[in-house]
Amino acid sequence: MAGIVVLLESDGSHIAESNVAALRFAQDLASIWQTDFDLLVIGGADIGSQIEPWQKYGAASVQVIANSAFDHPTADKIAAACDQMMKSSGASTLIGGATTFGKDVLPRIAEKRELPMVSDVIGIDADPSHLRFVRPTYAGNITTTIELAQRSAVFSVRLSAFRNPMTHESASKASAVGIDTSTLPNRTDWISLEAAARMRPELTSARAVVSGGRPLRDAETFERLIGGLADTLQGAVGATRAAVDSGIAPNELQVGQTGKVVAPDLYIAAGISGSVQHLAGMKDSRVIVAINTDPDAPIFSVADYGLVADLHQAIPELTEAIRSGSNK
Amino acid sequence: MKILVPVKRVPDPYGKVSLDAQGEVDAADLKWVVNPFDEIALEEAVRIREGGADVEIVAVSVGATDTEPILRTALAMGADRALLILDDDPSDPRWVASLLHSVVVREQPDMILMGKQAIDDDNSQVGPRLAARLEYPQATFASKMTLLGDSRRVRVVREVDSGQETLEITLPAVITTDLRLNEPRYVALPAILKARAKPLERLTGADLATRPAAQIRIVGRSMPPARKAGRKVGSVTELVSALRDEAGVI
Repeated sequence: MAGIVVLLESDGSHIAESNVAALRFAQDLASIWQTDFDLLVIGGADIGSQIEPWQKYGAASVQVIANSAFDHPTADKIAAACDQMMKSSGASTLIGGATTFGKDVLPRIAEKRELPMVSDVIGIDADPSHLRFVRPTYAGNITTTIELAQRSAVFSVRLSAFRNPMTHESASKASAVGIDTSTLPNRTDWISLEAAARMRPELTSARAVVSGGRPLRDAETFERLIGGLADTLQGAVGATRAAVDSGIAPNELQVGQTGKVVAPDLYIAAGISGSVQHLAGMKDSRVIVAINTDPDAPIFSVADYGLVADLHQAIPELTEAIRSGSNK
Repeated sequence: MKILVPVKRVPDPYGKVSLDAQGEVDAADLKWVVNPFDEIALEEAVRIREGGADVEIVAVSVGATDTEPILRTALAMGADRALLILDDDPSDPRWVASLLHSVVVREQPDMILMGKQAIDDDNSQVGPRLAARLEYPQATFASKMTLLGDSRRVRVVREVDSGQETLEITLPAVITTDLRLNEPRYVALPAILKARAKPLERLTGADLATRPAAQIRIVGRSMPPARKAGRKVGSVTELVSALRDEAGVI
């Protein structure tokens, strides 16, 4: 077992696609520290059947904790299991994605292991003697460099900053880890998960994202205009906090400091004025398009292409133009 | 029921932060406020009391003496009393969690209700760290809370990446608040005046816990390169050609 462990996010029955970011960061870190890394997955009794795609990334091993106690894992139980595993293996560094899963469980594990944690990492200093890591603070307005005293820490990794982990020919070997479930905390009961059916690419990994604000007025218009353009681009749909607050879009679509952070090749902001909070979630996109009736909206100061227009006319026109263009 | 609400002093999220000549956050022109997520936690505690429960609300903050106005705001919002833990460097979440832990041991609250993150360092660590130290259940990113039956359990709806998750946790517990839990009320002048008379106790961080050797430190801050504004296009047709021929993204 290596000193570095990647905790793969799972809902108990599936392993999240977004784990590729943590894997890429683990590969980069292991290469700088000249060591290797292991993967850890915690889930229900059948979770072992899901690990095959994760065995191709060069991990020394995939440790599998499969137990019905983790059918719907909660932070207290995952942290207890991960703590047990790290204690017995001697691992001192843990990596996961800065998703709501990671933000929930990773600091809890960090505290149990008495480790420092670097949240939302976006960069690593390549000099192995430095132990320096870069992360956004103040809604992305100030970049902060953190230095660790030792090679032991917990990291949550910003999904948009680490991509495309290298694949290897030989598969990582899987090994089952037994766990003493009698000592797991039992004061949290999982009741339900209300998740919209996913028919579009994941917001944080989509190549194109179309986001809408409150001028969309209602959920039906939002879906027809923003969803329609996103589908034409085979992209994902995002929303502003105002749109989510007013019930036009579901919470899981919120892009911003406290929502999801995205950095697609193409980000189209429709009816979005560009609050600091929203910009924090999308300003690292490669190409930004803004469509807004107000020529002075702050969004235009970060947009590569700005169109001063009413989105109710411009979006259908744009959707049609792209659709007919791609059919040529 | 006793609810402990940790609050942090942060720069006004609507203000502009910049760096001074030493590369530190320039505090000169900043307006300081209660961290917006902690404000939501306070509001929720007040609503639980207004819902008829017998609730004492204790606000606590870690910081220098200039943190006191933030605690006065918390008192004006409805906290019954406040604790100021004097400490000159609360930048390490592990240290803050250990200070709050000692306050929990002293106060024995039934619930610790706090923001999911502070909007300055955006760490999102203290809530789960505190829960781990206490071996309490945690429910992070709460967008709805309901006290159940005998008020020893809470049903919490959490905003997660895939949608909304519902948990039931047994108190005592740590709950961190997300944006849509409530909209904090406007604090009126009479409440501000009344808050001046409420008790505010000062404690010293070093008396409560021993600061461990630093495992982590901030070694530099910088402003990310500003994104250059591009150009305005005159029509959808022009936009489509720019995206296709210049940017190559469609």
